[in-house]
Amino acid sequence: MDKFTTLTGIAAPMPLVNIDTDMIIPKQFLKTIQRSGLGKNLFDEMRFDREGNEVADFVLNQPAYRKAEILVAGDNFGCGSSREHAPWALLDFGIRCVISTSFADIFFNNCFKNGILPIILPQEQVDILMADARKGANARQTIDLEAQTVTTSDGQSFSFSVDPHRKHCLLNGLDDIGLTLEKAAAIDSFEAKNAAQRPWA
Amino acid sequence: MAPRTLYDKIWDDHVVHQAEDGTCLLYIDRHLVHEVTSPQAFEGLRMTGRKVRAPEKTIAVPDHNVPTTLDRANAETMTEDSRIQVAALDKNARDFGINYYPVSDVRQGIVHIVGPEQGWTLPGMTVVCGDSHTATHGAFGSLAHGIGTSEVEHVLATQTLIQKKSKNMKVEITGSLRPGVTAKDITLSVIGATGTAGGTGYVIEYCGQAIRELSMEGRMTVCNMAIEGGARAGLIAPDEKTFAYCMGRPHAPKGAKWEAALAYWQTLFTDEGAHFDKVITIKGEDIAPVVTWGTSPEDVLPITGTVPNPSDFAGGKVEAAARAIDYMGLTAGQKLTDIKIDTVFIGSCTNGRIEDLRAAAAVLKGKKVKDGMRAMVVPGSGLVRAQAEEEGLAQIFIDAGFEWRLAGCSMCLAMNPDQLAPGERCASTSNRNFEGRQGYKGRTHLMSPAMAAAAAITGHLTDVREMMGEKA
Repeated sequence: MDKFTTLTGIAAPMPLVNIDTDMIIPKQFLKTIQRSGLGKNLFDEMRFDREGNEVADFVLNQPAYRKAEILVAGDNFGCGSSREHAPWALLDFGIRCVISTSFADIFFNNCFKNGILPIILPQEQVDILMADARKGANARQTIDLEAQTVTTSDGQSFSFSVDPHRKHCLLNGLDDIGLTLEKAAAIDSFEAKNAAQRPWA
Repeated sequence: MAPRTLYDKIWDDHVVHQAEDGTCLLYIDRHLVHEVTSPQAFEGLRMTGRKVRAPEKTIAVPDHNVPTTLDRANAETMTEDSRIQVAALDKNARDFGINYYPVSDVRQGIVHIVGPEQGWTLPGMTVVCGDSHTATHGAFGSLAHGIGTSEVEHVLATQTLIQKKSKNMKVEITGSLRPGVTAKDITLSVIGATGTAGGTGYVIEYCGQAIRELSMEGRMTVCNMAIEGGARAGLIAPDEKTFAYCMGRPHAPKGAKWEAALAYWQTLFTDEGAHFDKVITIKGEDIAPVVTWGTSPEDVLPITGTVPNPSDFAGGKVEAAARAIDYMGLTAGQKLTDIKIDTVFIGSCTNGRIEDLRAAAAVLKGKKVKDGMRAMVVPGSGLVRAQAEEEGLAQIFIDAGFEWRLAGCSMCLAMNPDQLAPGERCASTSNRNFEGRQGYKGRTHLMSPAMAAAAAITGHLTDVREMMGEKA
């Protein structure tokens, strides 16, 4: 996993609420057995018509936002399916950070496993970041994970909170499985105890 | 010890390690696997030379891609990418030595139906799967939730999951349901009341007389859609019905182990005075048969209602409702019972169990589906299909004009050939009405099996109570 430290980039506004994982990556693209290559199908049914032509007014098709690295989105982003293809598609497109008032639980977890930072902020602050994102490509926002701040293009800064363990993993690009395997002895002893107490399990 | 909720108890019994910041390593008793969200996880194991830590606790079944037509043994019925994905699961199951129900096995079906049916899912367990509808297994009083593919790999390698504890939420359904009202109407009504983000950060415990009165099948329907309300998991405390359902299943304990398990399971309830961070109470008598009108599972209304106006909402929902009404091809103020449909889908991990087929068949018996309608029943597993044939339900469906299919996820998410064409409108017993969910530009109305059967007969959304001679 790539480290996430700081990011300064174009933020695309997507004010729609309840953007679900079927929108982010429709099911026909889940038939892959790889993690890469999904960026071209990100938001496929909103981004392209049936013939594969770009839908001109979709935000990521607009010249200002084609190289967006941040999404500022409506409430409950990433609801629905557990498909990790959703963060894989975002990452493959180049999105490293999503900002919203709320996220669905599984999507939120999946982001951290892939070096994407989901940031939760109050409505008033998301509104300000949304307005800033609407200014276009010259309005770059900055995220500093170490300092836990988001800064608008005109220098207004907001603090966000992040779970310390997840922050540590993102800052250092750490693999969870490696960390857990360091606790193999604890798993062994749990299994021994469990076999005695709950032998049916 | 302070009084604990059911969730607290299951959590406490599975903590392997707790860090200072509260992050826990949680032991996983059952890991269910399907073909769509697992190939990258197995590939990860191969690349790092890791093994599956507990193959005996890992159960795989292909369900999302598999065709449900009777000719599916013919490989040509699957697209090449689907075939590759199913073949990858075949190979991964073999290479890593995990329990497996291939497409050719009569026990094959939707993973969330196969798990309970085979006795893999038992009270007090932790159950995960790379699928959000893992919440289904909460009906047994097991802590069950969906995970992403990175976490699938983590569980395969370590049999644990890194977790922070959620908050406790109680959803109580008091009293009894009225005739024509089912578990599906309960779970949709709860989401209608809380919204799709209302459960975010919580594990829900469903309780109350109306929940107690549900069968295990009905309880699975309720818990299945906990995720649609944003909750990590839904739970129902096990009782005599739960124990009776589990007893004698192939992987349920037997003899002395059964007695020991039963003694433990009987401790799995929320203690008097335990703390809930949020409580919602709904009167069972107030729940009507409901349908969804929009493109979010929170867009729920009683069948007697009308399509809302976007201005009825506030904030970001105004734009979302306008978009949904447009996508669904509806008009504000239109009566829901005036909405014509052309497709009926009965099946899915929400409503593909035997009781669901019984409920639909009871409405359809001696009747015909409306001319021109495409109607299909997709049993949740090969064993549900066999039982329905034995009970004579299959013949009722066939006589009514339904297609009688083989088991799989089918049109719930339309990854296999069962899809809506653009503009087609479906009365569906599945769990999501998202844009494009059942096919590009397809339109989905969620409802119970009885309501879907009623719509199949009339060709429009219908109050099943009228067919039963009940007053709305």
